[in-house]
Amino acid sequence: MALYSEKVMDHFRNPRNVGVIEDADGVGEVGNAKCGDIMKMYLKIEDEIIKDVKFETFGCGSAIASSSMATELIKGKPVADAMKLTNKAVAEALDGLPDYKMHCSVLAEEAIRSALEDYEKKKNS
Amino acid sequence: MIYADNAATTKMSDAAAETMLYVIRESYGNPSSLYAVGQRAKEIVEDARRDIASAIGAEPREIVFTSGGSEADNQAILSAAELGKRSGKTHVISSAFEHHAVLHTLKKLEKQGFEITLLDVHEDGIVRPEEVEAAIREDTCLVTIMYANNEIGTIQPIREIGAICRKHGVLFHTDAVQAVGHIPVNVVDDNIDLLSSSAHKFHGPKGVGFLYARKGVRLSNLIEGGAQERGKRAGTENVPGIAAMATALKEAEAKIIENSALISEKRDRLIRGLSEISHSALNGDKQKRLPGNVSFCFEGIEGESLLLLLDDRGICASSGSACTSGSLDPSHVLLAIGRVHDVAHGSLRLTIDETLSDDDVDYIVSSVKEVVGYLRGFSPIWRDLCAGKKQFIL
Repeated sequence: MALYSEKVMDHFRNPRNVGVIEDADGVGEVGNAKCGDIMKMYLKIEDEIIKDVKFETFGCGSAIASSSMATELIKGKPVADAMKLTNKAVAEALDGLPDYKMHCSVLAEEAIRSALEDYEKKKNS
Repeated sequence: MIYADNAATTKMSDAAAETMLYVIRESYGNPSSLYAVGQRAKEIVEDARRDIASAIGAEPREIVFTSGGSEADNQAILSAAELGKRSGKTHVISSAFEHHAVLHTLKKLEKQGFEITLLDVHEDGIVRPEEVEAAIREDTCLVTIMYANNEIGTIQPIREIGAICRKHGVLFHTDAVQAVGHIPVNVVDDNIDLLSSSAHKFHGPKGVGFLYARKGVRLSNLIEGGAQERGKRAGTENVPGIAAMATALKEAEAKIIENSALISEKRDRLIRGLSEISHSALNGDKQKRLPGNVSFCFEGIEGESLLLLLDDRGICASSGSACTSGSLDPSHVLLAIGRVHDVAHGSLRLTIDETLSDDDVDYIVSSVKEVVGYLRGFSPIWRDLCAGKKQFIL
């Protein structure tokens, strides 16, 4: 049995939405190098809709796949919906993750939330 | 496929596989039985014991067959501890980067009241004999230092450490799992009292190994039962495994000098190629290392994703990153030589054998370069390092 599902390997090998948005409306970075995972999310938001999203990730296969899947799940969605993204939804969309890799999906959820909070803060200031 | 993970396990040699199959089919008797097919199996076991003893300069009666390196490590250490305890000696010296079969056994002893000193292995991954001597106390019963490290391949000054132990009357054990069959090992010349070895690391089968215990060093049993192995290791002998282990070791010993020179050349070609990758570093001393070991750290990337993408390119390798170990911490070996967490996560170990061609070496180098470059391309750490927001370590 392979370590990861086909979906995980697909998103790991061909990650969607990789890169940087220079004039992002919200940026979030979570994790730390000590633990071996860092995710950074960039959001472009217009009329409370996520028009574009990009990510950069330092981490293992499931961290990269989780980042990629999380961006796919929120792209084009209203901010309010994106705020509700859970790690479970990310892991399920990837056809599951090994137990000891579930924290990668948690990190993806936190990265999205962190970028959305940054957007809210900028909007209100 | 390019198999470059020979420190994890090796492919069985054809001759070893044939020996194994032959014994399974033809000599299935129990060596403890008195009829011919049993006695034939006994002969096979004793022939293997003689061949293995001769390969490391030991006497046949000094070899005990085990299920592998871990069992041999456990039995060696626990036996020495038992002997020490009887004379009130409860101090053990080891190093910070031993295999877990050693470290976890020492942890167990610590819980029983033993005191453990773990020596520094320095940035080059080499234990200093003078530091071993300085650490020896009145109550030291055992020094256990590996012959060569399994992750970074550094070869330890075993002969010097052995001489120091002998001078002070302290037992010396070495976990030689990565060394036997790869570099010449002689228990007499090297002043070794106890030595562990495993067949599947030298093109033998899995699930079998041996423990050398110098005559006069009394072993305690891990497994109680029948009188096999002079009463020191109960259980019907793994006859096919033992026979195939002897075949593999004889084969390895016959070409050890020639092979280690050949493999070292390929290793150095690999090291030269990988050194061209910016912000990378070889782990462990460049010269005092196993012929087939190449261990690198690449800044800004994580090891597991590197391994998966190398696997896609048909290259089997390993890493000391946390994600490949299933814990949050990267390899204790890389931390012991002073690599910080961020860097240790980006490690790659390639352990090669003589079947690797120069073209394979060049293919590995170009593949690693490509994958490291690709992963750095979307690594937020790499971006920060390049933007000067963080300092490069390597």
